[in-house]
Parts: sequence; C-alpha cells; structure tokens
Amino acid sequence: MSAPASDHGHAEPTSFTFTQENLELAKRIIAKYPEGKQASACMPLLDVAQRQNGGWLPRVAMDAVADLLGMPRIRVYEVATFYTMYNKTPVGRHHVQVCTTTPCWLRGSDEIVHTCKKKLGIEVGETTADGQFTLGEVECSGACVNAPVVQIGDDYYEDVGPEHMERILDALARGETPKPGSQIGRQSSEPVGGPTTLKAFTTAQADATTAQADD
Amino acid sequence: MPKLTIDGIEIEVEPGTSILQACEQLGIEIPRFCYHERLSVPANCRMCLVEMERAPKPVASCAMPCGDGMVVRTNSETVLKARKGVMEFLLINHPLDCPICDQGGECDLQDQAMAYGFDRGRYGENKRAVKDKYMGPVIKTIMTRCIHCTRCIRFINEVAGVPDVGAVYRGEHMEITTFVEKAIGSELSGNLADVCPVGALTHKPYAFTARPWELRKTETIDVLDAVGSNIRVDARGAEVMRVLPRVNDDINEEWLNDKSRYSYDGLKRQRLDRPYIRQNGKLVPASWAEAFTAVAARLKGLSGNRIAAISGDLVDVEAQFALKELLSRLGSTNLDCRQDGARFDTSVRAGYLFNSGIAGIEKADVILLVGTNPRWEGTLVNARIRKRYLAGGVTIASIGEQRDLTYPYSVIGSGPDTLQQLVDGSHPFAETLRAAKNPMIIVGMGAFQRADGLAVQAAARLVGEAYGMFRDDWNGFNVLHTAAARVGGIEAGFLPGEGGRDIHGILDGASKGEIDFVYLLGADEIDMAKLGNAFVVYQGHHGDAGAHRADVILPGAAYTEKNAVYVNTEGRPQLARLAVFPPGEAREDWKIVRALSEVLGTTLPFDTHGQLRQRLMAANPIFGAVGEMTPASWAPFGAQGPVGAAPFVTPITNFYMTDPISRASVTMANCTEALVGPAQERTGTHG
Repeated sequence: MSAPASDHGHAEPTSFTFTQENLELAKRIIAKYPEGKQASACMPLLDVAQRQNGGWLPRVAMDAVADLLGMPRIRVYEVATFYTMYNKTPVGRHHVQVCTTTPCWLRGSDEIVHTCKKKLGIEVGETTADGQFTLGEVECSGACVNAPVVQIGDDYYEDVGPEHMERILDALARGETPKPGSQIGRQSSEPVGGPTTLKAFTTAQADATTAQADD
Repeated sequence: MPKLTIDGIEIEVEPGTSILQACEQLGIEIPRFCYHERLSVPANCRMCLVEMERAPKPVASCAMPCGDGMVVRTNSETVLKARKGVMEFLLINHPLDCPICDQGGECDLQDQAMAYGFDRGRYGENKRAVKDKYMGPVIKTIMTRCIHCTRCIRFINEVAGVPDVGAVYRGEHMEITTFVEKAIGSELSGNLADVCPVGALTHKPYAFTARPWELRKTETIDVLDAVGSNIRVDARGAEVMRVLPRVNDDINEEWLNDKSRYSYDGLKRQRLDRPYIRQNGKLVPASWAEAFTAVAARLKGLSGNRIAAISGDLVDVEAQFALKELLSRLGSTNLDCRQDGARFDTSVRAGYLFNSGIAGIEKADVILLVGTNPRWEGTLVNARIRKRYLAGGVTIASIGEQRDLTYPYSVIGSGPDTLQQLVDGSHPFAETLRAAKNPMIIVGMGAFQRADGLAVQAAARLVGEAYGMFRDDWNGFNVLHTAAARVGGIEAGFLPGEGGRDIHGILDGASKGEIDFVYLLGADEIDMAKLGNAFVVYQGHHGDAGAHRADVILPGAAYTEKNAVYVNTEGRPQLARLAVFPPGEAREDWKIVRALSEVLGTTLPFDTHGQLRQRLMAANPIFGAVGEMTPASWAPFGAQGPVGAAPFVTPITNFYMTDPISRASVTMANCTEALVGPAQERTGTHG
C-alpha cells in the first residue's frame, strides 16, 4: 500500500551529502551502467542514501541523488514515491513490516499485526515514542510458502506465530538480533511435518533439520 | 507499405502509422485522452480501443502500428462496450463539477462522455480527492479532476524541455505535481492548460470569467514577438477574454508563449482613449481637432530636416507606410523603425530575414546562434530548435552568453572575434561547419545593437558564404528579430532616406537641438531624455514612456483592435484582424495619420484601408502574398570592417515585460515576480 501524498509534519533536514564511503560505493554502482545511462543507478543510489540516513529518504537526499546522476529532480522524486520500500518519512530503528496479502492473511497475519500493536502500543504506520520500532503493513513480500512473513530491516522472519513475534520484538528491544528465517525450524519451504515424498533420499537431512529446530 | 482494412475500407499507409492515425486519414473519429499528435504515445488512457481480428482483446489504436492484412473494426458492439467501460472507470474518481469547471463546454471528457458515458453512476464508494498543486502564476490546478493522461508531463518534458512536472506515488494515489510546489520555469507553460483534456489544468487569469460559447472568436496573429504566432482572440463585448494559439505548422505549430497568451489584461490598463495636449507642463484631454491643430501649428514653417519619426515594436505596416508617406511630403527623410538602435544593412532582403523559415530549422544539422537567446527572443523558434535537437543528429553552438536554452549546446565564443575566426577557418568549430550538410546561423539583435553592427552582419554573411549556407536549395542565414513591427517597417521603407538620419542620428540631433519635431509611432523603448527640447507627438495605445514625454498624444489601436498587416521575422506578411474596437476615441493608426495629413494640407491619397493596401502592394509586392514567404535573393550585405571585442549581450532582460502591453499586464508582473525576479537575485545582478 502506498502512502497518500500528504504532509506528515516531520522535520526535513536542510542538507544531505553522501559519506566518502557511500560516494565510493555510488561511483562503483554508476560504473556498472553504460556511459550516458547513469540514470539506471537511481534506485540503488536511493537505497544507499536511505541507509545512510537512518532508513528514510528526505527530499534533500533525493536531490543529492538527482544531482549526482544528472537527472531532473522530479524524475528521482517520481521513483522514490512510486516504490514503497523508500520511506519518505522517518522510521524507527527497527522497521517491522508485516505482510498482510492473502496467503499471509490466510495463515494468520491479522494476529501478527495485532500482537505487534499490543506489544508496541502503536497503530500501523506509527513509530514508538522511543524511536525503536515502526510498524507497517506491506503487500506481498514474496515468501508466501513460509507465510506469515515479517520483514524487519533486511531480515525476513518466516512462519511467524504470535508467540514468535513477541519473542522477536523482545529480543530487538534488548538490542539482540533474533535469528531470521523460519521460526518453526523449516530449512526452506518443505512441508511443515517433514518431507512427504522422496523420503528415502531426505530422511537424513530431515533428521538434521529436526535436531536443529530442537536446539 | 502496409495495407489494412478499417471498418470494411481498405487503406494503404506509411509504415509506422498507428491505427488511430490511419482512422483519421479515413475520417473515422477515435476518442482519445492521452494521445496527442505532437507528443509521445504512452497509451495509458485506453479510450481509443478498437477491435482487431485475431487479437484476443481490444487494442489501443494509438500505440498499435498498422500491419499488413489487419482487419480493424472501430464501431462494433465490443468496441463500444470496451470504451464505455473505460469511460466508466475514468469517471469513477472524476468530480461531476462541470457547472463550475472552466473547461466546461470545451472539455474532451465532457464531450466523450456524451458518446460513451452511462446515464448514471454505478460507483457507490467515496471518490478520491487530491490536493491542488501550485504550478506558477498562469496555471490553475484542480487536481481532483485529473484523469492521469500525462499529456502535461510529456509536453513539459518534450516540447518545453523544462522537466518540472511529474507523476508521483502510484496506482490510485498517483498525482501530477511539480517538484515541489514550484512555479513551472517555462515560457510555454500556458500550453499545459491547452493539452489538458479535462479541467485539471486551466488558465489562472481566465478563471471564472467566461464560457466558451459566449465568446466571439477572431482569428488573428500575435505581435508581442517577431515570430508572428497565429492566435485566436476570444472576446466578449469590448473585452478580450483570452488568447489561444491556432495551428500553423510553419510558425508556431500549435503552441503559444506565455507572454503572447496572457498579457491581454494589459490591453485593458493604461490605455490612451482620448487625445491629450501638454499645456503648462501637464497633459490635458483634448479633442481630435485640437490635437491635430496643435501638431499642425508646430509643424508650420518647419523645414523637413528638422522633423523626424521613430516607429515602435508593435506598429502595423499600414501605419508605418502612411507615416513614411506623410514625412516625405513634409520633406523629411529622418525616420527609422529600429528604435532598439540595431545597426544592420537593409538593402538586401536576405540580410535581415529568417531565410530558412522557422520550419526550416528542422532541416538544419548544424546551428550556430550568434548574439541571441532564442528562448526569450523567439520562444517558439527555440521550441523548434529543441524539436530539431530531439530528432537527433544536430550540433548546436552559440557565440554569446551561456543560458539555459532547454537543449545542450556549446558556447564557442562570446564576441564578434569568434565570427572572424570562423571566417578565416582558424576556429576549431570551423571543422564542424565544414562537414555540415545544411548549416544554419541565427543572428539575434544582440549582435546588431552595437556600434559595429554592420561589420558583424558582414562577418556573419562571410561565415555563411564560407560554409555553404547559401545554395539554391538552402538558405541558412537567419536573423531573429525581437519586434513584430520591425521587418514590416523595413519592407515598407520606414528607414532613413537620402541624407536622412537613423535612430542614433535622430536622438543625437534632438538632444543637440537640430531636430525640433519628433513623431513617435508607438515608440517607447528609446531614451526619452535624449529627445531634448523637441516637440514630441506620441501615437500609440498605451500610456508608457513615449506618452509621458509627449507634447501631443494621439490615441491609436492595439493589435487586437485593427485590421492590419504585420510581417514576421521570416518576412511572412500576416493579417491581424479586429477583435474588439479601440477604446474611447482611439482610432486605427493609419486613419490617424491620414486625418492628420488632411489638417496639414497635404492629404494622403487613400481614403479606405483597401486603397492603402493597394498602394502598399504597389510599393512592395511582398505585401500581396499574405501568409507566404517570398524568398529573398542573395547579394552581399553588411559593411566589412573592424569589429569590436565586446561580447554579445542579449537585448531582453525580462522576457515577460518587453513592450507597453506586457508592461501594463498584471499577469506578466506576477510572472516576473515568480520566475524572473528570483533568477536575477540568484545571479547577483539584482543587488
């Protein structure tokens, strides 16, 4: 779901410059594209800028990208507003994005959202007062086989139940990094109760997986 | 060439023709919103759906190129159903506010809803509402009406070349906006409201003033620059309500610059609507008879060499021709139509015309701009250069100032010495010119408004001769004038005669007391202080600089108030037509001169406009070929000589205020404040 074009009343910074390190990175990204096609680097550069700026893109950062690539500023603004992965308003340190599209919803994403709201004391789209968490609903994250899915920062948490969600949020609040991936111990997207076909070939691996999950 | 069948009619078209264009050739009307013949094709409105055999579903005809053997139906049940569906979706979020919408009556959506709309809405949800955007002093936005055809985005990016408008957010939340809440920095922004098929973008100065069906439409031409754009003046009663462009592919295509479009409110302000005579230092109202008597009294016994006349930038050919006849009867040859002080040779037509024609720009492969900022001096000439640039394979260079011309170009020098280097081939750019097939040089008034103007003209000619710009099939020597009256004045012979003084001589003479009588025919851009103690008659339509200095004011007609000939920078005579009558006691300019001649006892030999036009054509046959360019033959012009080292300076410092009409316009003042003021502050020339 894209945010409507309204003013959220946050303070926009007045300047943005890439750090030396990020500028080097930007140059390496630009170099991937043929001469005269630097505009292709727009999206990765916006990502670099967003990471540098604590997870969101102020207008000055978009301008910096536009100027670096020699693009009209409106073109970068169009890209940045089109994709929901670019945050136009400040977000908390942990951006909790719960997928609520049909497969995840069927597997109980409503409960996950509810758990988050209860645990964090905020509504969807809001940030906790301490600036630690921002809760968001997103459309399909592309990991339907392990639904429900929650993306936090760069990590996917899959097969998430309400109890897992609480654990994850607690761990994040303590400053730890919970183990990403399936929360019920699935290796990838095999059936939950272990393999149902080709068992002869996979028993050893399935056992290993079970052992791992028990840890 | 693909051959296809549309509605049972066989047609053979050029390869690359779209089905929509083929339908137009057959006279079949296809509804459309996003498709515009002068813009790229995005195919996003889906209104032009047609049925094609062997295609699984209706196809967008604007984006489907014709193929051999296609069978297309534009009037089947399926097509009608598809279009009705599209229309219903478009109307879902469109407010039904036609009664308060300025587009009402000339709205594509309204018209097409008559054919494809349902008689009731089936949509029961809330409609979306979009915040209005700020797009500058001339474009009003009501963004809830927007149907996202993106014509405005394509126009501003492609034709205007000022990428200030874009679409942000996505899907249902998509919005057209500027970046961010900023005035569109284009001199062509008024066209956005023209290309907008709905009432989302409308003309701010025209808002809530009139309905299209109550306006009287007059097809005429614009005179606020020398391009001669074709316009339509819409008037109600005695008031000009708006100005719109007309299509003329040779000149303005279908665009119009903002000054020509929006300065019409200046026609209602500061007008001279009755004669005035200066008594005891004050201008007091007078009758025509009193004014003429005052002029006659001053002229009595004055020898011809003490009389002079200067014509201004907005004056028609007839008035200049009549005044020239009058002055020659008074024995004076001191007259000049180049009030800006430009020095150039007028003996050879090719030396002062835009010889290739504006449309000829599209054939050039190397364009050299000399002392000109076409973006401000001839906005639509600049748009044509940009069109040429977009077509690819053109090199553009400039001798003069570095400006944003909306296309990339290189500045290869700043003054006439660069021209000299090109003549002798020592400049690196000479290679490029030599390799060009159709090289073109565009010389602006910045190159002539200097003491060495004649030498610069000769140098430009030598560049042209050195690089093959003059051939039987190509003349790439172009002069871009800034005033609509200029070429007409030259063609009518409003120039210093035998032993006569030019503009510099007149001003010089007046300040020294050698000229006692100066007739200003709409001339406002001269330094009035230089007129010294001369008796000044000002004939014109606005109380501007000339009227302030005048001893007698004769109120004339503005370009919308008379039938008259103007000649554009290409040397193309065009007719301005009377849309409204001049205010008060003001009269058409040639009639004033004719009436004055009678009072002076030397009645000019024409009583009607027709007779005057006959004499005009006898004096110079080009005036007979209205709307045509009479090709100019080639002969040496200019005066070879030493040129100064000073860089060329473009003559226009504020695009939005160049003449008495635009200076009296509130809209132009707003544009100046929003667009020129800040820019000047930025460059530090504004204190």
